[in-house]
Amino acid sequence: MNTWEAALAIVGLALVTVLTRSLLMLPREEVPMPAWVKRALKYAPLAALVAIVVPEVLLTRGALIGTLADARLIGAAVGLAYYFWKRGILGTIVTGMLVFLPLRIGLGW
Amino acid sequence: MHLPGDPPAPVTLRQRWQALRQHPEAARGVRDMLPMVPGMAAWGLVTGVAMVKSGLDPWLALLMSLTVFAGSSQLAALPLIATGAPVWVVLLTACIVNLRFVVYSAQWRWYFGHLPRGQRVALSYLAADINYALFIKAWPEPEPRPGQIEYFVSGAVVVWIGWQIPSIVGIVLADVIPPAWGLGFAGTLALIGLTCSLLVDRATWICAAVAALAAVAAYALPYKLHIVVAVAAAVAAGLLMERPGGGGRLVAVARRPAP
Repeated sequence: MNTWEAALAIVGLALVTVLTRSLLMLPREEVPMPAWVKRALKYAPLAALVAIVVPEVLLTRGALIGTLADARLIGAAVGLAYYFWKRGILGTIVTGMLVFLPLRIGLGW
Repeated sequence: MHLPGDPPAPVTLRQRWQALRQHPEAARGVRDMLPMVPGMAAWGLVTGVAMVKSGLDPWLALLMSLTVFAGSSQLAALPLIATGAPVWVVLLTACIVNLRFVVYSAQWRWYFGHLPRGQRVALSYLAADINYALFIKAWPEPEPRPGQIEYFVSGAVVVWIGWQIPSIVGIVLADVIPPAWGLGFAGTLALIGLTCSLLVDRATWICAAVAALAAVAAYALPYKLHIVVAVAAAVAAGLLMERPGGGGRLVAVARRPAP
């Protein structure tokens, strides 16, 4: 991709951000939705976040990681344990990284 | 940005800023958001590095950071730009990664639907995952209340600064920070915490499990379509659980009349 194409793609990506984030805020009146769609909307953000996060932790180049000696796996497990112990997102990040970084940098896991 | 019962609306930008600084809800917005900054900063730093390392000109990387302002879609688009994929493929992939924002926008309408369109668009442009998760926790009643705009805007300012500065540092220091450190994992951990905060009952736990299985099973699909598959599967599971005897939320079961 040359510079101009890349610039075009970036402008397009910015428009995608604006459009997706504001889509149902754009019309003057609320878009009428059947009740089941409204209930379905409750689950969609959670599912989308799970679908983004889980492959980041469990997959390497599209395949399930075959070993427990993986810094991501252990870091995520410690982060999760902290979250359900204290319910704090900052602590989840800090404890997860405190375990992840030595394993990744020190042991190369 | 004016609700009935508020003091007279400030006119100049400077007055608006002063009014925002003194508003108690603005202080709460900042207080709630500050603990999120380290994770956001590490993730922003890595995104900055990743943009330059993928071969993007540093000026274009700066443009991307300042305008696109969406970490997950930026990271999804970079390898496609690097390998010279057609622009429409890059944009389609970003649309799919961003689909969850469309759902958020339906819910932002409950709070900000009464504002003029320009302000509605400006506020929703700033609304990332973290703004959404903290806001619906701070204002669980889906209706406009005084102080909501101040709460949202102050949190959004924290996110903007907490994301853009590390991202720009990452662009500048791209050759100094070894990618092998895997600092981007801080972003993954932040999303893990965010996701867990949405797990509030049996139905949401089961939804998350279904979404996880579907996402891994469908990961090989192009354009990040595994996210769409996971959302469809999880929503279907959620709606099934709400049927009588479905085992989901008791309230939902009790409210529905028998067919």
